[in-house]
This record gives sequence, structure tokens and C-alpha cells, in this order.
Amino acid sequence: MTNSVYYEKDDSILQLEMELLLEAVFRQYGYDFRNYNKAHVKRRLVYRMQQLKLESLSELQHKILHHPQVLALVLKDLSINVTEMYRDPAFYLSLRKEVIPILRTYPFLRIWHAGCATGEEVYSFAILLKEEGLYERSQIYATDFNTEVLETAKKGIYPVSKIKEYTLNYQDAGGKNSFSDFYTARYDAALFDPELKKNIVFAEHNLVTDSVFAETHLIICRNVLIYFNRTLQNKVLELFNESLIKGGFLGLGSKENIMFSTVQDQFLITNPNEKIFQKKIL
Amino acid sequence: MQAFEAIVIGSSAGGLHALKTLIKGLKPGFDIPIIIAQHLSPHSENYMAHFLDQLNTIKVKEADEREKILAGHAYIAPPNFHLLIENDRTFSLTVEEKVNYARPSIDILFETAAEVFREKLIGIILTGANHDGANGIRKIRFFGGFTIAQNPSSAESDTMPKAAIQTGSILKTMELEEIAVFLNSLLN
Repeated sequence: MTNSVYYEKDDSILQLEMELLLEAVFRQYGYDFRNYNKAHVKRRLVYRMQQLKLESLSELQHKILHHPQVLALVLKDLSINVTEMYRDPAFYLSLRKEVIPILRTYPFLRIWHAGCATGEEVYSFAILLKEEGLYERSQIYATDFNTEVLETAKKGIYPVSKIKEYTLNYQDAGGKNSFSDFYTARYDAALFDPELKKNIVFAEHNLVTDSVFAETHLIICRNVLIYFNRTLQNKVLELFNESLIKGGFLGLGSKENIMFSTVQDQFLITNPNEKIFQKKIL
Repeated sequence: MQAFEAIVIGSSAGGLHALKTLIKGLKPGFDIPIIIAQHLSPHSENYMAHFLDQLNTIKVKEADEREKILAGHAYIAPPNFHLLIENDRTFSLTVEEKVNYARPSIDILFETAAEVFREKLIGIILTGANHDGANGIRKIRFFGGFTIAQNPSSAESDTMPKAAIQTGSILKTMELEEIAVFLNSLLN
């Protein structure tokens, strides 16, 4: 990503152009970024404007409306696709120790990775389920609004250069085997065991505009809510609350919380540091 | 002199010691909010906020998403997140790609702070072994804010302050102790 400085003295015009652009994207294409945090969206849109050598966000809006391929670029800019396997190993260790023993009591599990991006965390948890003997009775939904990242997720191929870091993460997350048991390395690519995909459905789903599609036992949605304003955070948390069975679990990113949200009273805190919550049985 | 509403500080290699000296030098009751991006290992626990808080000059804490920026506080970007300033003077966090190999990126903090606080912002570049923060310093100057670099010859690592100075957008080069004295002088 380039990092050239954008010199726009009049921020009120930039804000207005940004709001109009987001409104246009929503009305024409149905993607709703109007309740995303503004500072990030502004940075990303200005970045795209500069890459396309345009003078203003109004010009970028014009391009988006008349050239769907420009929309695809902007969707990519605004989607959150930086992830890694066993990101925050302590989170996975906590799932293994505090959540798996309870999930084990159900005959069948539905697990939802919301905003799965390129899928690294989906495979991470699939491996964990295998090691805990729960994979065969699990149905995993991995969803994202960006179809391009979903294609990468479906492949399950990641750069070999990352494997060293992932292996350390896997071990810190309480991995029980040798991490190399789960992938085949060829040249610069590591292909994860296709068997891991057997019970995973990769599907397009937009947290902002789509509704609940399944009753779930565990939802993992990490570092997605940080991009949303309070209104949208509440809306998505209510969606999760609706999807989860009573006693089901919700795992968020390390800087995300249900505290001060509208669903705060519906959940118990399982692990305050790792942001794992359990829907009350009532 | 213009009333400053926020101070942003960027530091990297050697930053912990430099920040300690700077914050220790502040008068108790120093009330301009300070926002710090210090490069840290992504796996480090944030002991830094705790460490700097114990110096007992100002309240130091890790920045939380959607948190309101308050007087008398210093905030540190959480390891492995970028820290951004919103128009309503709250924080937001992202995990987008590293910028200048860093997350938190000093440039992202400085650039978003410059857009919000404009001429009422002070940007300070301390010790570091990379070029992060140089673009941010440019943007702060563009909006009329005040810019300071730690004297490269006494910085533990001189690359970052030198890169900031080379932009031509640094107004003052100072020793750490002088920076603290200068900041204290802004209080009435």
C-alpha cells in the first residue's frame, strides 16, 4: 500500500463527497458502508482515488457507478482481509479449554466464522475440532461479503513463508500434533489437507445487510466489529444473538467487546481477556 | 500562541526509554491529551502503558476502540493494531496491512490526527530505526500543526528523527528533556 500524503484542506467537502459516494454504492449495488468508522473508510477511498489518478472522491463515485470493475477494487479496499492462522493463540487455547468441553455435550455442532476473509482462522479451528474429535459432527459456515477473498479461502493454499509463524502460533494454541501433518508444501505454497474442507461451507453473506441463516452453537467473528460504528456493532451483535442457541458461544477480536452494547445483558463472560462470551441459558 | 488540543508521538527502537524520560519530565496535571504509536512486537503484552502509568505524572492507558480522547490522559496504540482518530475525537482501530512494516503505523496515527486537530496538533518523532512518521509529520505541517524531532545525535536510533527532519517539515529539533520543558511551557 502506498502512503503518499493527500492534501485536502477542506475536510468538510471531503466528508460530504465520502457520504455521497457511500450512499451511491449502497443504492446502486446494495453494499452498505455508511456505518463504518469514517477515518478508515476515508483513508481507503483516498488511496484508491490516488491509485486511479483521480482528482476527487466525486470522480471516484462516478467511476464506481459507471464501471463495476472499479466497484470491485473498492470492495477489496474496504474488506478486511488481513488475517493469520491461530491469530492470537491464547484465544484458541481458551476455546480448546473452556468452550470445547461444553460443545462436546452436543450431538451436532454448527459453527459460524463470520467475516472469514481468506479463511486462515477457519482452517485453524477446523484442525482444532479434528484434534478434539469433534470435526465429524460439525457443520462449519465460513462467510464473507467479499467473493474474491472467499475464493482464496476455498482453496486453502497459503504461502510457505508464513508457515514458520503459523507453526509457532499452532503450538501456543495448544496444538496436539505436528503442524506439518495438516499441509503439503510444494515450492512456495502450502496446501492444507482437503479433508479439512469436507464439513465447511464457504458462502457469501453480508453482516450489514443479510439476516440469520442458521441456528449456531459457536460464532467466531474477529476484528470485524472494530470497523463499525456503535449502531452497526449493535445490529450485528443482535444478529449473532439471534443465531446462537441458548448456551452458545461468541468469540470476538481482542479489542472488541459486548460491554455497552444492546445485547450485553444476554451474555455471560467466559474469558474476559480473549473476549469469549456465552449466551445465557435463562 | 495557539492552544494545542492534542499531542501525537511516534517512537520505535529505543522508544520505551525515550518515552519514560519524556513523560517523567511532564508536570503533574499536564492536561493536553497525548497519543502514542510505539512499534512493538505483535506478540507483546502491553506492559508499556502500565510501566509509563507508574511514573505518576499523567494517566497512561492503552487506547480502546470508540474511546473518547480526554484531557490529562496519554494513550498508547495497542500492539498489532493501527490507531486512528475519528472526527468526533474518538479512537478507532484497524488491522489493515502494515504500513512501513509497522502496525501500529505512526503515519496512520499522525495523518488521521492531523485531519482532525489541524493547527491545534503537535507531532513529535522520537528514536527509531525506520522511516515511519515522516509522511505524518508532513501532513501535520500542511495543516499548520507544530512539529518536533528528537535530536538525532542523541537519539538511541537516529534513522527515524533524521527521516522526519529530511522532509523539511520539522520546526524544532530538541533533546528529550527539552521537549518535556517545552510541553510544560504550554500550560498556563
